[in-house]
Amino acid sequence: MMGAPLLEVRNLESFYGPIMAIRGVSLSVEEGQIVTVLGANGAGKSTLLKTISGIMDPEKGSVSFDGAEIQGEEPHRIVSRGIVHVPEGREVFPLLSVDENLSLGAYTRKDRSAIERDREMVFEYFPILAERRHQEAGTLSGGQQQMLAIGRGLMLRPRIMLLDEPSLGLSPLLVQEIFAILGRLNREEGVTMMLVEQNARIALELAHVGYVMEIGRIVMNGDADRLMQSEDIKAFYLGQQEAGQRSEKRWKRKKTWR
Amino acid sequence: MDGVQLLVSGLANGCVYGLIALGFVLIYKATEAVNFAQGDFMMLGAFVTLGLTNAEYLHLPFWIAAPLAILIMAFFGYLLDLLILRHLFGQSQTAVVILTIALGFVIRFVAGVIWGHEPQTLESPLAFGDVSLGGVVLGMADVAVIVVTVLLTWSLYQFFQRTKLGLAMQAASQNQMAAYFMGIPVKRVQGLIWGLSGATAAVAGILFASKGAIDPNAGLLGIKAFAAAVIGGFGSLPGALAGGLIVGVIEPFAARYLAAGYSQIAPYALLLAVLVFRPHGLFSQVRTKKV
Ligand SMILES: Nc1ncnc2c1ncn2[C@@H]1O[C@H](COP(=O)(O)OP(=O)(O)O)[C@@H](O)[C@H]1O
Ligand SMILES: [Mg+2]
Repeated sequence: MMGAPLLEVRNLESFYGPIMAIRGVSLSVEEGQIVTVLGANGAGKSTLLKTISGIMDPEKGSVSFDGAEIQGEEPHRIVSRGIVHVPEGREVFPLLSVDENLSLGAYTRKDRSAIERDREMVFEYFPILAERRHQEAGTLSGGQQQMLAIGRGLMLRPRIMLLDEPSLGLSPLLVQEIFAILGRLNREEGVTMMLVEQNARIALELAHVGYVMEIGRIVMNGDADRLMQSEDIKAFYLGQQEAGQRSEKRWKRKKTWR
Repeated sequence: MDGVQLLVSGLANGCVYGLIALGFVLIYKATEAVNFAQGDFMMLGAFVTLGLTNAEYLHLPFWIAAPLAILIMAFFGYLLDLLILRHLFGQSQTAVVILTIALGFVIRFVAGVIWGHEPQTLESPLAFGDVSLGGVVLGMADVAVIVVTVLLTWSLYQFFQRTKLGLAMQAASQNQMAAYFMGIPVKRVQGLIWGLSGATAAVAGILFASKGAIDPNAGLLGIKAFAAAVIGGFGSLPGALAGGLIVGVIEPFAARYLAAGYSQIAPYALLLAVLVFRPHGLFSQVRTKKV
């Protein structure tokens, strides 16, 4: 596994007008890995993914994918390279059927028979989508829409899948189910993933490597197992009960990360 | 019997309104802006056809002139987006709307300069007199307009349902951000939608000019088509067509049965009633916003 990483982000900076949302982020993802980026609401996780997928242009820094620098490219060029972004909040096409949504996932592909094989593969992993294939996507439940968003992403046969908070707004049981399927997709189909999450426990259980992001910066990184044992992670992300004390504690202890 | 004649000529007018309304809705769904020059696109399409086929101009055969005019108008729509509208990206939709209003003036002016302000008649094979069906005399042009509109609607439906580009157009108007995530070149697709609305306007113009004379102000009936689009819900293509047919049919009946002053405002009275009682349009529930 010592070759060049599949995806490498270096000193990336992204702005919303004058607001600097990403403040010099560097990270890398090896082929076949699941890498998670943890962070609270507003840390800049979504902005990071949007910058990689070309929805936003970075001000500084580089994104290299498979040896080529891709920062600032048009989104459809980046998708054709095999980078798919499964957005926060599912973002399905509400008035199109499940089948049509899946077809759009393969929009940049031309190999028809392979596309149909991949549709069957998606239906194997998400049988409920096969059942509902003629239904309008907007009428699906939140969990089913998340499955559709992931399935639609798989239809690209992506070389890397960028997942933005797939656990958002779902019941713990559904989250377990969906993350188990993500794990199988990684092991059985070899799908490389970059997973952005607030739900640190489930993300670290799934991922091989983790990064922690705070206000646009990476403040910590390491193997998922090691991060799971870290006191900081335990205090801020895994101990969800004492919400009241969290912000204060975090302020005091943040310095130990730098 | 008389009623049937009124109905058919009303439906034929309604088809023209409906096709212009279709253009309004296509653009609105794709870009969230309203193209107030849609009626003038229609007029321009009619004059381009006339300029290609009439004896005193290029005198091409009609069946070559008509498709050529449709292509020219499609290209016109596409270029308008590519060269002007795309550069307003990031500006408010109001900027686009004001620009289309100005564009309407420009198109009327240019048409007046090229083709003059006198009403002219398109030498169209669709306008070949009347037919008599069981005692009812129908204008052949009216029948042709209805038939062509049905065929065009059917082809558009097939295009949106069955082709990859049609599906991408639906996707881009339902969720633009997600369309980017799928690798759909959204801006290009929007340009093609402008092209499609130019082509639809050209068809509407050819049909309109087959029914009677046209002059550079003919595009002002776009206001009625706008009313039709609103009545139909402004989010649905079938709704736009239905709204057009309703406005088209109301007109002749109002002219027949209401006092002169009132008949002209009948479509707008309906528009107001719809806005008050069903603000999302008559058809918003029937088929919620499917392209
Ligand atoms: N469209 C926007 N305009 C201005 N600021 C934004 C916009 N989207 C996000 N931000 C700001 O950028 C920062 C990072 O946001 P985001 O990447 O969405 O965080 P996360 O996904 O980690 O919750 C936040 O401070 C947020 O307020
Ligand atoms: Mg986010």
